[in-house]
Amino acid sequence: MGEYTLNELGSIFAMQGFAGISLFSVLLLMALGLAIIFGQMGVINMAHGEFMAVGAYVTYFLSSMTETYLPGFMPYYFLFAIVAAFFVAAIIGYFAEYALIRHLYKRPLDTLLATWGLSLIMQQCFRSIFGAREVSPTLPEWLLGSYQPTENIHIPLNGMFVLALTFFVTAGVFYLLFKSRWGLRVRATTQNRQMSGAVGINTKKVDRYTFALGCGIAGIAGAAFTTIASTGPTTGSLYIVDTFMVVVFGGAASLFGTIASAFSIAQAQSILEFFISGSMAKVYTLLVLVLILMFKPEGLFASKVRR
Amino acid sequence: MLSHAQSICSFKLKSLKAGILALAATASISAFAADTAKVNTTGLAITDDTVTVGILHSLTGTMAISETGAQEAEKLAIKQINESGGILGRQIKIIQEDGASDWPTFAEKSRKLLVKDKVAAVFGCWTSASRKAALPVFEKENGLLYYPTFYEGLEQSKNVIYTGQEATQQILAGLDWVAKEKKAKTFYLIGSDYIWPRTSMKIARKHIENVLGGKVVGEEYKPLGNTQFGSVINKIRLKKPDVIYAAVVGGSNVAWFKQLKAAGITSKKQTLLTISVTEDEVLGIGGENLEGFYSIMKYFQSLDNPNNKAFVKAFKEMWGEDSVIGDVTQAAYLGPWLWKAAVEKAGSFDIDKVVEASRTGDIELTTAPEGYVKLHPNHHLWSKARVGQWNKDGQATVVFESELIEPNPFPKGYQ
Repeated sequence: MGEYTLNELGSIFAMQGFAGISLFSVLLLMALGLAIIFGQMGVINMAHGEFMAVGAYVTYFLSSMTETYLPGFMPYYFLFAIVAAFFVAAIIGYFAEYALIRHLYKRPLDTLLATWGLSLIMQQCFRSIFGAREVSPTLPEWLLGSYQPTENIHIPLNGMFVLALTFFVTAGVFYLLFKSRWGLRVRATTQNRQMSGAVGINTKKVDRYTFALGCGIAGIAGAAFTTIASTGPTTGSLYIVDTFMVVVFGGAASLFGTIASAFSIAQAQSILEFFISGSMAKVYTLLVLVLILMFKPEGLFASKVRR
Repeated sequence: MLSHAQSICSFKLKSLKAGILALAATASISAFAADTAKVNTTGLAITDDTVTVGILHSLTGTMAISETGAQEAEKLAIKQINESGGILGRQIKIIQEDGASDWPTFAEKSRKLLVKDKVAAVFGCWTSASRKAALPVFEKENGLLYYPTFYEGLEQSKNVIYTGQEATQQILAGLDWVAKEKKAKTFYLIGSDYIWPRTSMKIARKHIENVLGGKVVGEEYKPLGNTQFGSVINKIRLKKPDVIYAAVVGGSNVAWFKQLKAAGITSKKQTLLTISVTEDEVLGIGGENLEGFYSIMKYFQSLDNPNNKAFVKAFKEMWGEDSVIGDVTQAAYLGPWLWKAAVEKAGSFDIDKVVEASRTGDIELTTAPEGYVKLHPNHHLWSKARVGQWNKDGQATVVFESELIEPNPFPKGYQ
């Protein structure tokens, strides 16, 4: 390493550190919505990736609308797009729960199949509406480029944005679940459905809103990822594997578990990637994951839930 | 003639019930159409005034993104051939099948097109995986496939005509150019993890090390669909290569270029040459993320020649003003024209005779949008390689053009 100055090595170390944290925030944001649905309701939502794609397409749609009709609004539209992505995805999720999921609560394997079917339907809808080609929204200037604290350090602005957003959303979810009346009902329903019903909680309504919330957060994740990658009809299926990996590894019913799992997977992946090739890094990460799950099948944080 | 067509339709229906009728009907058709009997001795779907061909691309699934342009170009070529009088006096009819981005489906649909529809030629496939799946069917049923994608080489089937470039045609000229123009000595290779990038990088490495006397300072493959390049970009920064040589495909491509830009690696500081970005990909990536980087291809939409201007105009008239034309789309456009030339030279639609005519080395197109091309007896095209530098508007400026390069699907010393 003689050919590098200490300064250069330090810069790369700093940037590599950020790469790991950035991957962590991406994984966490993806997994959060799924963790709520899977953890609180026990529904395996195979269409999670497609709800992310809904968010991404909403962003794309708003971007092209703004560009055509309100070019002066371009620097700000993205924030509105995130909010819109949340609501559109949540509303679709609300109706999906009403029409499909609620009939299958007692049959977890059937929800898997049904939501997978839903994902195929949604993919074909995207293809019919937006076309088969991948699209990218035009991003506002403030999301492009990098922040340079010193000459050699480049911290990508979009990475910082996703990080901040993830923090914000995670804090919001924690507040909702652990500090609000509504969260109390959700947790009560998770712990004992019959008893919650007996004390007057409308468990069906709780289910519907929980599902909608999970889908809405997926929508936010989708909107945020337009800053990183492009969107196509099958984009969602790319994310679903990583998302499930994070949730299962973390322990299905634990939000802390999801955070811990996203963090360890992200760090392992990005550090290994730096020293060996990308494909092998993934192989080793998954191998370790499988080993840990063999000895701790319930994931990092075991849930103490009576069902 | 209408009643004739009707008789065929009813013949098809009946043949479902009784195979014997089929023989009788075929005999009666050939009895009053001696001309057809002469140009079609193997029972292909050819009448006195039509010839049926197949188009087999993915209209649904992941690959629909890439394959849409190819099938549009094939339809345009067939329409133009029909307008100019067809082939041997026959209008071309199309049967289109959807490969659905699923390789076994490509094999199944190929069999359907060849066995049931008896098509005289098929224009289709995009990925190497789909071609490899369909290949045994074409060889067994003796069909003829025109394959449009630039690919890794190492293949030469009697039943396939390859209208895209094989690896050496695309790769070597580009590396020579970058070594000479940019005085490049060190290279960082990065690609998606499947057969085409890996084979291409193997050829590139041999050429860099053995011919150019340069050094490969890193070689990296990322899983298909990967969207995180942070660690790789840091590695590249550490190695400081003169050139990044990239073959990242699909959605990953967008993430790769966006993150390069976000990490401050732009064309001002870094030379990047890619073999996997055409105008189609730029749509998704965004010209601003690519500005100043180079692609090596045989065709760019911006090529300044009369053939190409007419082609671009016709393409936009048929498929919309916003459509863009990438390398593979143009190569797909050549398929029907090459087939026409071969059939006319053979004076027959019979597969064996068309292949024989294709192998003479006399089949050439002077009207190809990419310029003059000639079919080599090894089933690949002589073509030029071009280096294009991307502009913000998603079009490339051609900065280098090679001589016509001989196709060499089995390059010695590169395997």
